[in-house]
Amino acid sequence: MADLTDQIPERIPINLVVNGARRTLEVAPWTTLLDALRDRLELTGTKKGCDHGQCGACTVLIDGRRVNSCLTLAVMKDGAEITTIEGLARDGMLHPLQQAFIDHDAFQCGYCTPGQICSAAGLLAEGRARDADEIRELMSGNLCRCGAYPNIVAAIEQAMSRS
Amino acid sequence: MNAYVGTPTSRVDGRAKVTGAAKYAGEFAADRLLHGFVVAATIPRGRIARLDTSEALRVEGVVDVLTHAHRPPLADKDEAWKDEVAPEKGSPFRPLYDDRINFNGQPIALVVAEDWETAKFAATRVRVEYDQEAFATDLESERGKAARVDQPHKPRGDAAAALTRAAVQHEADYVMPSEHHNPMELYATTAVWDGNGKLTVYDKTQGVQNVQKFLCSVFGRKRDDIRVVSPYVGGAFGSGLRPQYQVVLATLAAVALKRSVRVVLTRRQMYGLGYRPMTIEHVALGASPDGTLDAVTHEAIAVTSRFEDFSRNDTGWADQLYKSPNSRFSHKLVELDVSTPCDMRAPGAATGVCALECAMDELAVALKLDPIELRLKCYSERDQSEDLPYTSKQLRQCYARGAEAFGWDRRTPAPRSMHDGKDLVGWGMATGVWEALQMPVAVRIVLTANGHAEVSCAASDIGTGTYTIVAQVAADALGLPIENISVRLADSTLPQAPVEGGSWMAASSAHAVLGAAEDIRQELARLAKALPGSQLADLDATKVTLVDGMIASNDPNGAAVSIADVMRHSKLERIEKEKLNQFAEDKSHARNTHSAVFAEVKVDEQLGVIRVTRVVSAVAAGRILNTKTGRSQIMGGVVWGIGMALHEETMMDHRFGRIMNADIAEYHVPVNADIHDIDVIFVDEPDDRINRLGVKGLGEIGIVGVPAAIANAVYHATGKRVRRFPITLDKLLD
Amino acid sequence: MNNFQYSRARDVADAIRLLAADPAAKLIAGGTNLIDLMKENVERPSRLIDISRLPLRDIEETADGGLRIGALVPNSDLAYHPLVEQRYPLLASAILAGASAQLRNMASVGGNLMQRTRCPYFYDTATPCNKRSPGTGCSAIDGLNRNHAILGTSNSCIATNPSDMSVALAALGALVHIAGSSGQRTVALTDFHRLPDDKPHLDTNLGDGEIITAIELPPRGFARNYSYLKIRDRLSYAFALVSVAAALELEGNAISEARLALGGVAHKPWRSLEAEAALRGQAATPDHFGRAADLLLQGATAHSHNGFKIELARRAVVRTLMQAASATPQSQAHKKIA
Repeated sequence: MADLTDQIPERIPINLVVNGARRTLEVAPWTTLLDALRDRLELTGTKKGCDHGQCGACTVLIDGRRVNSCLTLAVMKDGAEITTIEGLARDGMLHPLQQAFIDHDAFQCGYCTPGQICSAAGLLAEGRARDADEIRELMSGNLCRCGAYPNIVAAIEQAMSRS
Repeated sequence: MNAYVGTPTSRVDGRAKVTGAAKYAGEFAADRLLHGFVVAATIPRGRIARLDTSEALRVEGVVDVLTHAHRPPLADKDEAWKDEVAPEKGSPFRPLYDDRINFNGQPIALVVAEDWETAKFAATRVRVEYDQEAFATDLESERGKAARVDQPHKPRGDAAAALTRAAVQHEADYVMPSEHHNPMELYATTAVWDGNGKLTVYDKTQGVQNVQKFLCSVFGRKRDDIRVVSPYVGGAFGSGLRPQYQVVLATLAAVALKRSVRVVLTRRQMYGLGYRPMTIEHVALGASPDGTLDAVTHEAIAVTSRFEDFSRNDTGWADQLYKSPNSRFSHKLVELDVSTPCDMRAPGAATGVCALECAMDELAVALKLDPIELRLKCYSERDQSEDLPYTSKQLRQCYARGAEAFGWDRRTPAPRSMHDGKDLVGWGMATGVWEALQMPVAVRIVLTANGHAEVSCAASDIGTGTYTIVAQVAADALGLPIENISVRLADSTLPQAPVEGGSWMAASSAHAVLGAAEDIRQELARLAKALPGSQLADLDATKVTLVDGMIASNDPNGAAVSIADVMRHSKLERIEKEKLNQFAEDKSHARNTHSAVFAEVKVDEQLGVIRVTRVVSAVAAGRILNTKTGRSQIMGGVVWGIGMALHEETMMDHRFGRIMNADIAEYHVPVNADIHDIDVIFVDEPDDRINRLGVKGLGEIGIVGVPAAIANAVYHATGKRVRRFPITLDKLLD
Repeated sequence: MNNFQYSRARDVADAIRLLAADPAAKLIAGGTNLIDLMKENVERPSRLIDISRLPLRDIEETADGGLRIGALVPNSDLAYHPLVEQRYPLLASAILAGASAQLRNMASVGGNLMQRTRCPYFYDTATPCNKRSPGTGCSAIDGLNRNHAILGTSNSCIATNPSDMSVALAALGALVHIAGSSGQRTVALTDFHRLPDDKPHLDTNLGDGEIITAIELPPRGFARNYSYLKIRDRLSYAFALVSVAAALELEGNAISEARLALGGVAHKPWRSLEAEAALRGQAATPDHFGRAADLLLQGATAHSHNGFKIELARRAVVRTLMQAASATPQSQAHKKIA
């Protein structure tokens, strides 16, 4: 059995384009994209809420699609384009979703918020949500323990109507 | 001047939170940071017979494995481990202290490595053998061992006799399961080794000064040795009131290794922290046919650990809500081989009032009275436990405004009488009540000549909006635009604050800001008067207001001078004032917040599927400092109440004494699709007695009453009374 | 997580070669279940063979008018593919009933078939579990088994298969294309997953060293009369207590063809040819649907906490067939049950 060795796995060099910037790093195979972002690239805006794909706090966009970065091995995403919450605002201007989340008080503690916003950005790009029920269903992979759901839906509706 | 107080001001920390800039405890960087991973016990009771860390230590990158047998010294007296909110009775849990196992999931080792993945991997190579002992974890099978604990509510009259006599009686057990807080942020501590034995500890906590004092006492350190910081907290809901074990472990490792250490718990490990204890609530009500109550008894039996007596006021709320000449309350605990419960949103009330309000609904049915009418018939103008009037109580208005907004008059009383296509429709209501508490808090304000003010305090903002209301109150009191106020919170070196909990922080911090601002104002007035040729020379220093950057006489025709000018002429760059605000003790009145909650459910009876389609919560909580964040707090409480009614239950396999849904896939909390329209109404409730601003606090009241309103709605829809929570669909199928 | 090696397969043959070289290796595509289980130390592969870049992402029509779906097509791409939406809406609906939008973006079709049970004892290495550690016993049989199987159980395991997609695929009569060192083979989806018997550690009949390359749908899509109804403990993002895939072909009110499969009740998607045969030629009425439900649930047995599932499943079958017959399929977003 490989795990009876005392050696930790060898690191493998990968390239990622994170929020438009090319980043080169060496990661062990067991490092998730989430841990690579938080611990290696110091992009702590992406949150770890469960580490098992059960809460959505770690949601980022990979090549434009929303995914759970906690269940993604960084080594498998060599060459991918990653957008995190830190990459949504442009030149100091908030993304319409970020502004809408503030306007509608769509968060309290703020811990699920980056995942909610990245997930909502993915949702807008998918173009599958046409009414509040569809937003609710397609945002159900993002838990909010503070219970801001109605405000989250209102914020997404605002961003949707303006895009 | 109230440019901000009472308005829907957006959160001042909003931008930090939506951009990912807000840093939480496990996100602070440190040079040569080490990562600790916890090894947790897999038995509920016994001793560690053998703990072999050699294989783990051989893993490349592992720096050390701390255990009870291998660690720096820790305090050896219970007193040293008692934090400011620890239960009075008992011996607080001491992580890695000795070989005893007191609960499943108890930490038994901390693997410390150069990176997190390595620590997690090496943790699987710590070998442990136990001497297991007989254990018990099931409240229902151990119910006979319940022991009574003291409760504040004394019996009145002879409830037993009155109950026997009563023309209409209702008596039942309501079973509330254990629940876990599950804040979105994992419990985490980054203990930064500053050198010379000093530490800066970034911790997920609701009280930095509580943690700071606790760590100093546990590690035998001087006050200046440890600083605790927690600028953002990713939810806590009571779980962060007491210092949690990861802060001890991170600090222990930092002390042992003289390096910075981060410890982040896994979601599963967080089920070894505190929780809302399972409670069996027995409620008996006796009434006359007209709906006047003659007798109320409420007995609760709750879980606690073998090593601490945690108990909260589940019973006794009827004394505040419903007039009855006879009442009796009791609270009993059963000690089990589990971790100590802790406060969880509206502790005691969320469960106890749920039972009471379901019982009141059942009584209304028995009396053939509308549930609101019954509550109005029993409406108590006084807190009967101490026979006191309230500082304010606009509960009648809550019933009226809530019922109106909900459309309650269109309800047909018979169960199963309302439909929407195939669905049965149910409308239910319940009352909520919580305490309006306030605590001493100190605030420092530094006003600078450029017209900015920094307001600082050790209080936490756990998502409740403290940053924002502190900024609002300061902006109004200092006459500055809110953009010119910066707020610093949750650093143990800042002025004194208690833990953030119990809904006391809004009133407490707001008045502390007022106190410090008052000192600033007086200082400015004094300086203004003293300036040569001052227009304000004749001014009564107590009769000035700070507004729009000016010091202005309260006399409408009076003079005003610019604050900046006064400071410049006085050659002052800054004015700093720190003030501890204490509320005068006033035992002449009871202080409570109230609510009336109305819920609509639609039930597919064949399949048991329940949807909560509408909730109206009408709240009387004095003055609302911020109607936007305040509404969110109540809305969040309603979502919690929906979870409590329909979803949440910590499930333990009593053969193993082990929680089997220790994650957030199988421990169900509401998701977005579960939540529909929530209408929050703040009823006007002027209160010039409770405190200067008339503020009562909102953190807990939002949840209280909600689970009962939903349970009552489910009864109204289906005719089925489910008394064992949560109301999962299987309970509607038979 | 255990210590493992990582390899990226160049092509299908390479993946098969790598698998053959290391019996403890596992394939990884979306990783949504495998990484989760590795973090719990339930799965401990010696090597992960990354197949996510293999060219198995096409959805193409077959010569006979069916659809061939590459094993690496993400679940969401499949659900939203125009041909699937138009011709196999039952499959689209079932996929959208599962997991979350994020997970569906990651999870592959082949990986979905390979996902393992959500039994809490299987997930918790501190408890006995025959599926995780053969021979240690089944904790669920006398434990917390509210979510567990009522059909096809054995004395060694009462776990359920958690997939929604597989339930629809079973009803649609899908085939699974498999490649291995000895060539290619095709099995019916209903023969792909196993019952636990005395070997609950084996979820499927996929052989050592084999890889799923595609799923094939027969031409018949039941696009008019179908419904997928999932009953769970909250309204989204939870595993099924019971789910039903129902598909009918009607001539007037008479049933000419019927398909019926259950999820959340067994170690595999549960389909009964007998139940379907009983519907053929009958009028689409609740009575006939009830009889089919009884046949489908024949032999169902309860454990201490899951007895409700039998009646729930029966009612859900009838309801889903009614939805199918009236061409009012269950919406996955609008939660009112038609």
